[in-house]
Amino acid sequence: MNMAAEDQSKAAEKPETKTPVSRRDFFNEIAGGALAIAGLGAAIVTVTYSSPNVLFEPPTTFRAGPLDDYPVNSVTYLQDQQVYIVRTEKGLWAMSSVCTHLGCITQWKPESNQIACPCHGSKFERDGNVEAGPAPRPLPHFAVRLAADGGLVVDKLETVEETEILKV
Amino acid sequence: MATTVWTQRLLEQVRKTRVWRSIFRRGPARTNRTRSLAVFGNLSLHVLPVKVREKSLRVRATYYLGSISFFLFVVLTVTGILLMLYYHPAVPDAYRDMKDLVYVVANGTFLRNLHRLAAQAMVVAVFWHMFHVFYRGGYKPPHEFNWVVGVGLLLVTLFLSYTGYLLPWDQLAFWAITVGTNIIGYVPLLGRPIRFLLLGGHIIGQNALLRFYVLHCVILPLAAVVLIAEHFWRIQKDGGLTVRDDNEREE
Repeated sequence: MNMAAEDQSKAAEKPETKTPVSRRDFFNEIAGGALAIAGLGAAIVTVTYSSPNVLFEPPTTFRAGPLDDYPVNSVTYLQDQQVYIVRTEKGLWAMSSVCTHLGCITQWKPESNQIACPCHGSKFERDGNVEAGPAPRPLPHFAVRLAADGGLVVDKLETVEETEILKV
Repeated sequence: MATTVWTQRLLEQVRKTRVWRSIFRRGPARTNRTRSLAVFGNLSLHVLPVKVREKSLRVRATYYLGSISFFLFVVLTVTGILLMLYYHPAVPDAYRDMKDLVYVVANGTFLRNLHRLAAQAMVVAVFWHMFHVFYRGGYKPPHEFNWVVGVGLLLVTLFLSYTGYLLPWDQLAFWAITVGTNIIGYVPLLGRPIRFLLLGGHIIGQNALLRFYVLHCVILPLAAVVLIAEHFWRIQKDGGLTVRDDNEREE
């Protein structure tokens, strides 16, 4: 009963509150909406345009030469690829030399048996774990495979767990 | 004395010519009204106030820090355009061009150092200006919007300084931008995409150099000019500088 009364009063109010949209307002809103859509489209086109589809960057997979180049208990730095090849009795792994803090290139310090970053003093163990400094994550390990000819192939796009080492 | 009369007479004659009157449509600014009209009718002067309070012209009112920042911006624009004549934003060339500017080009060292030192001075001047305005309460109503414009100008100044840092393409530049863009990468969600757009790739290479060059030479200076014009115009529209008389208390 109450509901019906409310509905009736609403229906009675409606014709009074409803104002007809003027021609000018209608066209203004249409034009404003069209401009907003065009503006949004232009912004999206600009952002997608600025985002390159083809990159002429160095390949991320590279050949690291024969296994014999890396003696047991050694850390070898491949400068062109910014990668360490570490070999121990347990096996061999490839590891990024790019500091996980802000991207500087770390250096292997044989005298202290650690990897050190010159920028903000991060220190890493030989397996990439953070020993000291601001680095938030250990150095990532990259997938290493043996090619048919016995050479090593490192893929820098594929990171692997530090337990996953090449047993040689 | 005779020369003054002579030049004045010449100026009178020039003012009567049709060319002069087509450019400056009002007569000589001899009264307050014609002086005001002369400022209103001039494209570059009309952003400035017609009248200022004497107090706001005192050195201690502003130390002219805003004017110094603007002057340095003009110096940087002029020297920057001249440096562009010898600089290619390409990977092996950029470093060599910078070295050529220092060792081969006539007055190149002078221009490059002027650009570099003026840039550092501008960062100092802009910060000092901001602190000065802050401690004088210049951010308070009715100046609050102009404070926001000023913060925009501070950011543009810092971005200009940062993008210019990569252009010599030396070790210092490379590692500074490596660290800086990795800091951007730490922004949640948007960090990596912004870094990718800024560098035009994953590494600091040719794309990154070109993008920083375009930002440094075109986009950021244009933004600065627009914001500077707004900043000056708002001083006048907000009723002049905030000045404090040391003998009176501020409201």
